[in-house]
Amino acid sequence: MSIFVDENTKVIYQGLTGSQGSYYGRLNREYGTQVVAGTHPTKAGTEVDGVPVYANVGEAVAATGATASCIFIPAPGVRAAVMEAAEGGVEFIVAITEGVPAHDEAWFFNKLRADFPAVRLLGPNCPGIISPGKCNIGITAGHIAKAGGPVGIVSRSGTLTYQALYELKQKDIGVTTCVGIGGDPVPGTSFIDCLEAFEADPETKAVMMIGEIGGSAEEEAAEYIKNHMTKPVSSYIAGVTAPPGKKMGHAGAIVSGGKGTAQAKMEALESAGARVGHNPTEAGELMAEIVAAL
Amino acid sequence: MDLFEYQGKEFFARYDMPISPGKIAFTVDEAVAAADELGTPVMVKAQVHTGGRGKAGGVKFAATIDDVREHAGNILGLDIKGHVVGRVWIEKASDIAEEYYASFTLDRSAKKHLGMLSKEGGVEIETVAEENPDAIAKIWVDPVAGLTEAETRAWVADAGLPDAAVEGSVAILQKLYTAYTDGDADLVEINPLILTPEGKVHVLDAKVTLDGNATFRHPDYEQFDATQTRDEREAAAHEKGLQYVGLEGSVGVIANGAGLAMSTVDVVNQVGGAPANFLDIGGGANADIMAGALEVINNDPAVKAIFINIFGGITRGEEVANGIIEAMGRVDIDSPIVIRLDGTNADEGRAILRPNLSDQLMMEDTMLDAARRAVELAG
Repeated sequence: MSIFVDENTKVIYQGLTGSQGSYYGRLNREYGTQVVAGTHPTKAGTEVDGVPVYANVGEAVAATGATASCIFIPAPGVRAAVMEAAEGGVEFIVAITEGVPAHDEAWFFNKLRADFPAVRLLGPNCPGIISPGKCNIGITAGHIAKAGGPVGIVSRSGTLTYQALYELKQKDIGVTTCVGIGGDPVPGTSFIDCLEAFEADPETKAVMMIGEIGGSAEEEAAEYIKNHMTKPVSSYIAGVTAPPGKKMGHAGAIVSGGKGTAQAKMEALESAGARVGHNPTEAGELMAEIVAAL
Repeated sequence: MDLFEYQGKEFFARYDMPISPGKIAFTVDEAVAAADELGTPVMVKAQVHTGGRGKAGGVKFAATIDDVREHAGNILGLDIKGHVVGRVWIEKASDIAEEYYASFTLDRSAKKHLGMLSKEGGVEIETVAEENPDAIAKIWVDPVAGLTEAETRAWVADAGLPDAAVEGSVAILQKLYTAYTDGDADLVEINPLILTPEGKVHVLDAKVTLDGNATFRHPDYEQFDATQTRDEREAAAHEKGLQYVGLEGSVGVIANGAGLAMSTVDVVNQVGGAPANFLDIGGGANADIMAGALEVINNDPAVKAIFINIFGGITRGEEVANGIIEAMGRVDIDSPIVIRLDGTNADEGRAILRPNLSDQLMMEDTMLDAARRAVELAG
């Protein structure tokens, strides 16, 4: 089994008519994802690579029965796009777009929680989600992942997610689902949301978690691991040597006021019983040991 | 984007918050002219993007014009935690009866806005938080619901501000929240917020950090971007649209993706080296971007070796390899380069690089081996 998506997930691409949307929409479709519709306010009735375009998410849902949407809209339009998706009736929204203002993220996170508690948002500023062999929504290169299991991956970083998938594939280890939650200050889906789903998923036997500096999401995840996880976890935290006060690429990756250091996160995870590698390769090797012992 | 104090005050003034009249000065003569116009006594305040100005001698009271000349002379050019003072804010001095603290920022754990208010202002809030956490009244604000006047009033009562300060504080805090949300700020902080002997509540300092992602809503924020503190290397990279952070070492780092770039910096340190920078060229790695990145790294005299760490996702290995070779043809590189290329079509990419390998361009299979080689070359 996989978490959040599977081979039956039908996906609408908001922004399918744009260059990024059409490119990744096509790659996702070639991978086997059910890309059933695109949306554009003035291009309803047209097609992109044979995929019909509707005026909005509500109409696309009514016509196709889609349950998920993927947002490739430029940052200024993301707030409206997220709400359009929720109001249009999808259950799962993946927002790939980077550069969304933090106040917008905080606003739609709380708005969704209040008015659409059943809707799950992933991102913004994330690579998306892939359940190898079943469904790939976003910008992950599908063929670097081996299908099956027993490992679930959750990560705050894009390329490190790919690195993790690749390390496991090199060792012939399969992945149930790999979720990129993104590096922004208010991610729609948290580490804990994913850990909880992996803990409940019978096919996932172990979890690899990739974090980075900034905030306290990894410490909160460590608390969850300590109190609720029965499945083994291997982990890696990027930014051990990052200087304080500097954003390391991601809006959320900053050590400020002595908080959010990689060291504190690694210690929290280790004391929660997770095995922590000092680089992605080591985390992959630790996972190989865990899988061998399952 | 960090604002200087005077920019923060101008920002607050847009939202009708009470600030003192003042003028910015880049030279001693300008400082004297400003004080002349405002009338003494004034404060002479260093404008830097760091805290602890007072302790470093960057904030002085000037009773006379001669004092202004002396203090401005001492403060301009002063080094405060690595920030050299290039401008001073000359402000009409205020009489202070009491000092408070007020701020709004995003609480990432609660996913709500966090307001903090304390009657123990004028000192670092971290110190108050450590020594007397009960002296900080906190309020969590749902971004959708906003902050009502009644909630603000209850918050002020919770902080235990004296009666004389209540009305003025409620009004300022409401405006501060509006400035924080409408202005897309990551942080707005007033420390101190003062009560004058006449019973007026007044903004005496301003610390504002704006969200660089929100500039599409605020085209005028360009003026703040122009005054960010960046070293020469960071400024050059910023102009090319590259995510760059200057570090102190000798191994230039280029990687695709923020996480991988951070990880590369870590690995260079782990094998005993010292990275000269963090540089994320984004998901792709075409020749233009690579050439720009190599130029920035090459212009750093501290760099003795360059480590290019690319993981091909959607971008294929052969595209990356061709990009690197083309970029090397365009930029004259002084230091040897070590490449680690992995991911999609890595074999094809490596095959393209192989005939071009030399003392100047080397290739390793893994991130760790490449880091070791680069560190060795950097000496």
